[in-house]
Amino acid sequence: MRTSGRTSSRRPGSEPVELSTDVLVIGGGPAASWAGIAAAEAGAKVIVVDKGYLGTSGATAPSNTGTWFVPPERRHEAVNRRLGLTGGLADADCAHRTLDMAWNRLHQMAEWGYPFPTDDDGKPYLANLRGPDYMHFMRRRLRRIGVKVFDHHPALELLNRDGVIAGAAGIDRQRGRNWRVHAGAVVLATGGCAFGERILGATGLTGDGYLMAAEAGAVMSGMEFSAQYALTPKPSALNKGLPFRWASFYREDGTRVVTEGQDRHVVVAQALLEGPVYARYDKAGPELRQWLRQGQPNCFLPLDRSGVDAFEERWPVTLRCEGTVRGVGGISLAGDDCSTGVPGLYAAGDAASRERLTGAITGGGGPNSSWAIASGNWAGQAAARFARENRRAGAAPVIGIGGNGLRPAAPPADDFSAADAMQMVRAEMLPLDHNFFRTAPGLQRSLARLDDGWRALNGQHAAALIDALRLREAAALTASSRWAFSAALARVESRGMHRRRDATATDARLTCAIETGGLDHIQVAHRQHAWQRTAQ
Amino acid sequence: MIEIVSDTRCIACDICVRACPANVFDAVPDAAPVIARQGDCQTCFMCEIYCPTDALYVAPNAEGPIAITETEVEEAGLFGSYARALGWRNGRPGGTDRDPTFRLRAASR
Repeated sequence: MRTSGRTSSRRPGSEPVELSTDVLVIGGGPAASWAGIAAAEAGAKVIVVDKGYLGTSGATAPSNTGTWFVPPERRHEAVNRRLGLTGGLADADCAHRTLDMAWNRLHQMAEWGYPFPTDDDGKPYLANLRGPDYMHFMRRRLRRIGVKVFDHHPALELLNRDGVIAGAAGIDRQRGRNWRVHAGAVVLATGGCAFGERILGATGLTGDGYLMAAEAGAVMSGMEFSAQYALTPKPSALNKGLPFRWASFYREDGTRVVTEGQDRHVVVAQALLEGPVYARYDKAGPELRQWLRQGQPNCFLPLDRSGVDAFEERWPVTLRCEGTVRGVGGISLAGDDCSTGVPGLYAAGDAASRERLTGAITGGGGPNSSWAIASGNWAGQAAARFARENRRAGAAPVIGIGGNGLRPAAPPADDFSAADAMQMVRAEMLPLDHNFFRTAPGLQRSLARLDDGWRALNGQHAAALIDALRLREAAALTASSRWAFSAALARVESRGMHRRRDATATDARLTCAIETGGLDHIQVAHRQHAWQRTAQ
Repeated sequence: MIEIVSDTRCIACDICVRACPANVFDAVPDAAPVIARQGDCQTCFMCEIYCPTDALYVAPNAEGPIAITETEVEEAGLFGSYARALGWRNGRPGGTDRDPTFRLRAASR
């Protein structure tokens, strides 16, 4: 790794660390890892900066995820079946390209030595990735091919030179100093936005990439599809759904909440609005119980450590909001190469909108995982190409373009802290009767409060380095919430995970994308893509 | 949330300080790290499996701290229990080649 230009001392508060590279990847999950690998394979010098630790960061590392993994001869049928569920918004071509890249890269992982389990035919089973092992393996792979990884280096803003994204700046939160990385292209792989919910990975998933992209002029797409919720043993953060396939649900008085033949999440959400709900994995026989314990051990930690028998006793369950993590929305992609419409800026994984792949329904349980692989690769390749073809002398000045939380646009306002903003976002975005079930008046009330919060944040000044990160996270959470509910207000219908109680039918005229953007003033636009059909 | 760094088990390697994605620990020279930002913990249990001496305990309550002592965790055999269930040892990966989740996926169809 030829990383040039480390010039400053290590004293806290000293001059910023200045580095330069061809491609800068921001993020620390699977999409960031694949972007780094793809860019390095294309001959680029690559730096990855992550807010946390590449290996444990993000939604994948603490999980056990399936991949969408289909052999070529079965793809036509698999894609058509899935497309029928996506509310007419997804694109078969995108699905095929995703499946193709995931297929190739997962086979490559086996060649690289990833210890996939063996199925009953004696073949490696490639359609599942255990999170901690997967991300540990990706970290080692990145280091092996010479990618430089900086942990605990959150990016706070993008750098712009003459209309082209030229890197990013942020802080080294463990050494208390600033950094700037000058880059020929930047990939945002910062994950989705969990609206401050207590789910696995959510601490880092504050929508930072959405905010940075919007400040550069990019727009979001599909943000109304941010109402995916996960069944979770209360009060844990274990938002892992697989074992609930074998659960029965009960009310306080012991009567069954009947989920058979219905959308489990909708039925349980309705029951939770009426009172506490309990679950028990009583549909699992002895063999399944053993596989569940061995294959999903983290799902049993909350119950085992509380002395509860998950199979025999009833325990309280809740629905936790997964925002755009297992929702759909994110940075709108302008092309197949994960470009964003902003020169030099690319987006991958949950930072990007997955609407073209998953439409109005969640991509959780396989598609999102394959999307992280595929989009990471496309973004990494394209960023490497852009950096190579656009090498320029650094005549024009490099300007940091971060706004709210970093460069206050208003005079110091009434005290409104990052913690206040987090509390506000949680209060507006997490309740089932705000977000899971939506109404126009409810959305409008929330938006009014979120807009006030945005303005109040704009008068806050960070006293210390770490406060700047908190304020930026607060701004990103608030902006993401405003885009999500603005899009939800504009989609006057119900479709997929977007459930409007005041518009329960699907409106064929809205078989289109809703794009949102802007910061102080939110813009909303309907956009019909070539692949979007007016069926369903 | 993270509740316990066991002084008796910890070897002050500071791996958890680096590996925690939420940056909840602060290193202390020649001593066990301290839990400096407990409220930032996302209850993901990752620190437990990266710890080479099973010195950390994360309680499953993600909504706030609870009252639990090192002795209680030790007596219940909970130090390192997640790592053992996965097949990780000494802070290093293992066991994913024996993961039967593919059987669950087949059974759930």
